[in-house]
Amino acid sequence: MRRVCPALLAIFALVACRELSAAPEKAVLEAETQRIAAMDKAKNSVVAVFMPNGQGGGSGVVVSPDGYVVTNYHVAHPCGKAMLCGMADGNVYNAVLVGLDPVGDVALIKMFGREDFPTAELADSDQVRVGDWAFAMGNPFLLAADMTPTVTCGIISGVHRYQFPAGTLLEYTDCLQTDAAINPGNSGGPLFDGQGRLIGINGRCSFEKRGRVSVGVGYAISINQVKHFLGVLRAGQIVDHATLGAQVASDADGRAVVQNILETSDAFRRGLRMDDEIISFGGRPITSANGFKNVLGIYPKGWRVPLSFQRDGKRYDVLVRLAGVHGEEELIQKASGKPQLPVPKPEDSPKEGDAKGKKAPQPRKLPEGKPSAGESGGEAAVPEIVQKNFREKRGFANYHFNVLEQERVWNAWQGRTDLGAIRGTWTLAGPLEGNGSFRFVVDDKSAVLKLPSREDRWEAGEELGSSLLPRGSGGLLPALYLWRRLATEGLAGFGAVHYFGTAPLVGHAGLVDVLVGSYKGVDCRYYFDPEAGRLLALEFFHDDESDPCEVYFSEYHQSGNHWVPGRMEVRFGNEPFAVFKLQEFRVER
Amino acid sequence: MNRVRGYDEHGDRAGRQTRSAWWLALVLVVSTSATTAAASPARMALVDTVDAVQPKIVKIYGAGGYRGMESYQSGMLISPEGHILTAYSYVLDTEFITVVLSDGRRYEAKLLGADPRLEVAVLKIEARGLHAFDLQQVMKAEAGTGVLAFSNLFGVAAGNEYASVQRGTISVIARLDARRGAFDTPYHGPVYVLDVTTNNPGAAGGALVSRRGDLLGMLGKELRNAQNNTWLNYAIPIAELQGAIDEIKAGKLSSRRDMQAKKPQRPLDLAALGVVLVPDILARTPPYVDSVRAGSPAEKAGLRPDDLIVFCGDHLVQSCKALLAELEYIDYEDSVRLTIQRGLDLQELELRPNHRGAPEK
Repeated sequence: MRRVCPALLAIFALVACRELSAAPEKAVLEAETQRIAAMDKAKNSVVAVFMPNGQGGGSGVVVSPDGYVVTNYHVAHPCGKAMLCGMADGNVYNAVLVGLDPVGDVALIKMFGREDFPTAELADSDQVRVGDWAFAMGNPFLLAADMTPTVTCGIISGVHRYQFPAGTLLEYTDCLQTDAAINPGNSGGPLFDGQGRLIGINGRCSFEKRGRVSVGVGYAISINQVKHFLGVLRAGQIVDHATLGAQVASDADGRAVVQNILETSDAFRRGLRMDDEIISFGGRPITSANGFKNVLGIYPKGWRVPLSFQRDGKRYDVLVRLAGVHGEEELIQKASGKPQLPVPKPEDSPKEGDAKGKKAPQPRKLPEGKPSAGESGGEAAVPEIVQKNFREKRGFANYHFNVLEQERVWNAWQGRTDLGAIRGTWTLAGPLEGNGSFRFVVDDKSAVLKLPSREDRWEAGEELGSSLLPRGSGGLLPALYLWRRLATEGLAGFGAVHYFGTAPLVGHAGLVDVLVGSYKGVDCRYYFDPEAGRLLALEFFHDDESDPCEVYFSEYHQSGNHWVPGRMEVRFGNEPFAVFKLQEFRVER
Repeated sequence: MNRVRGYDEHGDRAGRQTRSAWWLALVLVVSTSATTAAASPARMALVDTVDAVQPKIVKIYGAGGYRGMESYQSGMLISPEGHILTAYSYVLDTEFITVVLSDGRRYEAKLLGADPRLEVAVLKIEARGLHAFDLQQVMKAEAGTGVLAFSNLFGVAAGNEYASVQRGTISVIARLDARRGAFDTPYHGPVYVLDVTTNNPGAAGGALVSRRGDLLGMLGKELRNAQNNTWLNYAIPIAELQGAIDEIKAGKLSSRRDMQAKKPQRPLDLAALGVVLVPDILARTPPYVDSVRAGSPAEKAGLRPDDLIVFCGDHLVQSCKALLAELEYIDYEDSVRLTIQRGLDLQELELRPNHRGAPEK
């Protein structure tokens, strides 16, 4: 027995050594198992997008269980209002166009038929690093007759890439670069990280002279940018990107410097001037013009974003309101006209000269894949479900969805309120923070502010922006008048109301819902808590080139049947105006 | 349903724990070295390799900018003092070569020298303490080796933006079948053939490294097979370039000569050799031969119209002016060795001035 022991030990050692030499193989197998699991999880959310007549298509990815799918503008736009979506389960679903982002090359569509569509897990694409594994899924060359997505695997080749507009519109900012093969038909499809989480939307490649197939250089729109735009896309709009109203250029010392600035821009009113150095924007340090453009490109028009700049060694931190790149009509024209670039076939291999003043060859958007065999061409009838969920309106991709969102926000705010009960004269009274007391009286013709020392009376004339009382507030009385008007008249009675989408709000984490009301020559923006439905703030704009009167509501409490704010803070421009403690909130019929 | 699945997962996890405990015990008994390999997942290693290599990669800007001729390429630092290895191309054919480091620092670079036979060049910037590849630590790779390619393909990166990184495998090591009608290149040596599209516009001069970051090769210029319209993705092993790099660093294959060198009283000139160059109309007109006088030393040596003169002796001549300047250092009685490019081929010709009498033989 004892003699056996050394032999056993020897065998044991041998086995152990064999096990050891097999260790890398085990790691490889584990990596493979993990990769297969990630791809298996990811594939269920991948969509093959087809034009209803089978003339072409691309890819997409599901981002909500009720069937919202993110894809490329250059995939969805040629489809018109209806498209067909195939999923990995082999089913084909009808889908309708929801929103278009022609500059960012993003579109939102919605599938019908289920409330439990498998969705992709959205990652934080700012955490992605060069060298990370990544895989693309989609329908390159429209190969998948059974709708199972094709997967191509690679690594992240670059992050925060800036790609010049390919035509006049499509600009890829802050995008991810991958060597995973991105081919025609992959457009709009997802780029996943090694764990199968969604990090980007594939849409573009550098092709140049080798024909329109992958040369190992594909670009994906970062999912963080898409997250910013989801709200404005769900609003059924043709959305615009943002401009600061200032030109920023890199200088030799690695600084980003303001070269030119519009005096009508919000940035100018916040104090930004020529030759100021941009230090950070949107919370990200800025050292070059590309870095600045990267940040600018990830925000929709109308958002307020933190900006830090430096002049003579002194640092200034401001919140700047971003304007749209295009005029409203200009964007509609560009988005509704022919695509900026013709839709080429994969077999074409055109060569294109460099753009003037630019060193890199122009990367192009991916063309749609070839039509799949067996599908007939010609116009397909628009399905009934799409007809029911589509409404045309100028400036909108699909106004139906704007109405849905308006109603959602309204119902959360005033849906259970008896409007008849609050339609009388509103009296708001209490102490001013600091000293003194106040009393507002607002009805459907006027708004009055009584202070111990004076009284401001504002009458609702034909132009609401002609008088901005009280002085220095930017128009607090017309703002309160418009608050009451929306609350009492509702969406239909107010004038013109539309859902803007979501935007950040000072003092509030996350994004909030925004309604925009237009009435008698002025605009008013209403910011709502997306969970509780409460009105958090409103901004009264008497024209496009001036600061609004900002009114922030907080300390909500129940009064009778509804919730009323206990505190109202008013700001105008760079200065606070006053804080009103709303101890009394009375409605008189 | 959920509960059942949760149960299974739990059971599986417990099983895995038992197995890993057993495994750990084995490893501890016999050796501890195996744990490191198992503990660092492949993706972490790649990210770390990328971060370590990026500071050694540079963006190079020079001549070009015309249709199909990008004015940029890639390069890598090969000394902390600012020696840069890159591909010898038209991009370097200018007085103003700009090098941008990975951190955005920008330098004017000098072309130290080049070897057109290998299409390799060394640049120099005035800097110190840079991250650089150590050419003494170069690895030789085999087919099947996993690699990363670093380059500024398509000029995607600018300023302090990092170069692009691609991942692939060496498919085969083979001699480049370089001939007209197939791959138009003067280089005939072995190359690492890659399975990933690395050799894009602007990628030439980029670095091919192992997955651990060891330098293996330099990405070559774009090469298209004219017969079947396929493109070759390849890198030249550093070992093949080492000799030329050493020569250039030692002052040979250089475009600049020692200005202190003494000029002969009566130097050689083109008329004596029987060479007429193309009209010198550009700042840097390439020294192409326009015509060769009958019976001249040039004709006897075999020089022909349309030949491009690349070297005069050991000195790189990139323009008509540079060739004329170089001749000023050669005595009118001495013979001169010209390296010329004819089509794809490089040839060395010995031109012996007539007044020294008939050639021997």
